[in-house]
Amino acid sequence: MVFRVKQLVVYALSPLLLLFSVGQRAYAEDAHASGWSLLNMPQGVTGVSNDIYDLHMTVVWICVWISVVVYGVMFYSMFAHRKSKGYKAANFHESTTVELLWTILPVLILVWVAFPSTKSLIELYDTSEADIDIKVTGYQWKWQYEYLGEGVEFMSELTTSESSIYNETPKTEYYLSEVNEPLVLPVGKKVRFLLTAKDVIHSWWVPDLGVKRDAVPGFINETWAKIDEPGIYRGFCAELCGKGHAFMPVVINALPEAEYETWLADKKVAAAAEREMAKKTFTLEQLMAKGEAAYNRSCASCHMANGEGIPGAFPGLKGSAIALGPVAEHLDVVVNGVSGTAMQAFGGQLSEVDLAAIITYERNAWGNDVGDMVQPLDVLKFKQGQ
Amino acid sequence: MAHGPAKGIGRWLFATNHKDIGTMYLWFSFAMFILGGSFAMIIRAELFAPGMQLVKPEFFNQMTTMHGLVMVFGAIMPAFVGLANWMIPLQIGAPDMALPRMNNLSFWILPFGFSLLASTLFMEGGAPNFGWTFYAPLSTTYAPDTVNFFIFGIHIIGASSIMGAINIIATVLNLRAPGMTMMKLPLFVWTWLITAFLLVAVMPVLAGAVTMMLMDINFGTSFFDAAGGGDPVLFQHIFWFFGHPEVYIIILPAFGVVSAIIPTFSRKPLFGYSSMVYATSAIAFLSFIVWAHHMFTTGMPIAGELYFMYATMLIAVPTGVKVFNWITTMFKGSLSFETPMLFAIAFVILFTFGGFTGLMLAVAPADIQYHDSYFVVGHFHYVMVAGAVFSMTAAVYYWLPKWSGKMYDETMGKVQFWIAFIGFNIAFIPQHFLGLAGMPRRYADYALQFTDWNMVSSIGAFMYGAAQLMFLYNVIRTIVAGKPTSVEKTWEGAEGLEWTLPTPAPFHTFSTPPEVK
Repeated sequence: MVFRVKQLVVYALSPLLLLFSVGQRAYAEDAHASGWSLLNMPQGVTGVSNDIYDLHMTVVWICVWISVVVYGVMFYSMFAHRKSKGYKAANFHESTTVELLWTILPVLILVWVAFPSTKSLIELYDTSEADIDIKVTGYQWKWQYEYLGEGVEFMSELTTSESSIYNETPKTEYYLSEVNEPLVLPVGKKVRFLLTAKDVIHSWWVPDLGVKRDAVPGFINETWAKIDEPGIYRGFCAELCGKGHAFMPVVINALPEAEYETWLADKKVAAAAEREMAKKTFTLEQLMAKGEAAYNRSCASCHMANGEGIPGAFPGLKGSAIALGPVAEHLDVVVNGVSGTAMQAFGGQLSEVDLAAIITYERNAWGNDVGDMVQPLDVLKFKQGQ
Repeated sequence: MAHGPAKGIGRWLFATNHKDIGTMYLWFSFAMFILGGSFAMIIRAELFAPGMQLVKPEFFNQMTTMHGLVMVFGAIMPAFVGLANWMIPLQIGAPDMALPRMNNLSFWILPFGFSLLASTLFMEGGAPNFGWTFYAPLSTTYAPDTVNFFIFGIHIIGASSIMGAINIIATVLNLRAPGMTMMKLPLFVWTWLITAFLLVAVMPVLAGAVTMMLMDINFGTSFFDAAGGGDPVLFQHIFWFFGHPEVYIIILPAFGVVSAIIPTFSRKPLFGYSSMVYATSAIAFLSFIVWAHHMFTTGMPIAGELYFMYATMLIAVPTGVKVFNWITTMFKGSLSFETPMLFAIAFVILFTFGGFTGLMLAVAPADIQYHDSYFVVGHFHYVMVAGAVFSMTAAVYYWLPKWSGKMYDETMGKVQFWIAFIGFNIAFIPQHFLGLAGMPRRYADYALQFTDWNMVSSIGAFMYGAAQLMFLYNVIRTIVAGKPTSVEKTWEGAEGLEWTLPTPAPFHTFSTPPEVK
């Protein structure tokens, strides 16, 4: 009953908060609310995200009540004390009592807010006793997930096509929030995330988990989540990281524990098979075909699909000294990167097969005609020889 | 008194008169406002629908960066310096600014600073693309070569601000008319005096930050590079040690303007003058010790996080005092609603709203969700635009008759107000929704669920942009063809020395100091 009255008052006084409340209800009915009904923060599926939501709503309501008083007095004056109505001005202009009152009262309200805030923050910072550790590494412009101690790691990259970004083909339902491989997590387990980055600062944000933490190159940050319900949860990179900032979403697939275990076991088998692949020898045609696909996935965002780069920002590879020069130097640049520039070390990001294919492709595409090829074993030897 | 302004271009190039320099500052800042506004229009046009329509993501990033830099350093700050040049001597009964030649220099290096900055738009590699907060290493190792032009541009702009601030401090402390004690100063003078101290304290910190970037980029140091023993987060600490006081540098003079206009059109003295002075000082002090609330997601230790949360919440107290004082000033006044008053009231309403979202952002756990989302974009536009720009517009309508001797068209002024007010809210309210729903800021493109509110926001932004062209038209029309007025006191309720002068204010004023009782 009390809540009804509260709502009535607010509905009457503030159209903005009407929108807020409508949004809340829309959320309750449909987890994937969209469009006009997206008005408020999602409650999310972790204890922390629910605490944050409650805190958010508490402060919102405090602000509503203060604004009812403040704007109320203001609008009353604007209607009642008009010169055009012949209202004569009073002449009071100070009162220590009133000043003290409206200094102390806000302090008390703030202290009241500070208690739950402190409690939530302490909980949010408690990364101890985690069941699973996941290392999250930000790259321009993709995320790498490593299941620490399991030997499983993979890149999670946007799958939305360039052509749909440039409006040449239709946009899919999860435009810009779909990836080739989501981060798979079990429900009901405390997962600790260790975040870092290889190039610039990124920020890993999943609203439904109440998690946002910067991934800072050279440093490791920690945060955690314990997901209550299975489902797909989508998020984004929240720290400006260059031209692909809007194109590196986070997708999490939360599975019941048994399904998660099955997935992890399959993943381990696949990882072993991939390591086996590196021992095979490929033909030039095979390498070129693999290379084109891998290049377009990992290199084309800077060096461009036509190998011409972006003048003044990223060098072209078509006719470049590296692509046409000795294989060892080419390997060095791709595997170790170039320090002090945007060129990343791809040695740890890509498989030996992909590295070999990309290098072969770069040496023989767009009119580059070195004619030689690099096999996965060459890459492996190069890495081990360092 | 026979001495008048010089003839020709020399009047402006060699200007030492505070009114001429003030005028130049105001026109310069308006030009920058239009430039920065056109960048904003490109941003909003691109975001009107999902998908890349007009620009590429790399150019989009240049637009968000340049929009922020030009608006903060080119539009808002010089606009208030211009206002200070015009009004401080008139309000304290001084013949001019204390350091007229430095005044000339501080203005005339500005166009050079901004030419350096804007010229990068036409260079290979393009303009700065790392956000107006230019976080390392995106702005160092990963920046285009043109970043060096940006660094020197910031150095020049910073030098200009420091000189402007020194001049204001010297003027207020030394050139007050006899009897004009500190506690009789109009609040605009008070807020500017405090702002000037903030400027002198933090602009060198900004200069230090960009110099460290320059060294990292060109001379092999590693201040912000972990591979060489540095720390990228150090950059953020230094930047926000400048950046947080900077937001008060932008808003405090606006407080001063509103504290002049509301009493005038309420026909009642400002309520709680001395508490206003103390509250302003308290805000300025707090602004130095809350900077890391911009960094709640960087992984600070929890002790730091808690401290910055508590300190930030405290800002709500003196800010609240100011809002309560303005409203109590209106209470039982005899109110009329000319254009300056409309803008001033809108300032109080919208700035207070920005204050509420500011309080929400101060709550560190909740900030985990708000941080770097469109919620933040909505918040700071309520404070910066509805705060600084609305009060600046109010100030121009309020004092333009005194400056030009012409009266603006009240109907046109009111039409502009309503378009600006409605357009502004349509543009920025939806951004709060977008942020809460999960849309990060500085996104060139977005997922489909964000489409509707982005469209609304863009429409509002175009409306607000149109209102500014109307503002330009209104000002020019007033100067060229406005109804001449020679009434000393343009507004019946106005108080202060500037209203004892003839209208338009002569080239030289208060050559003999007035007596203040």
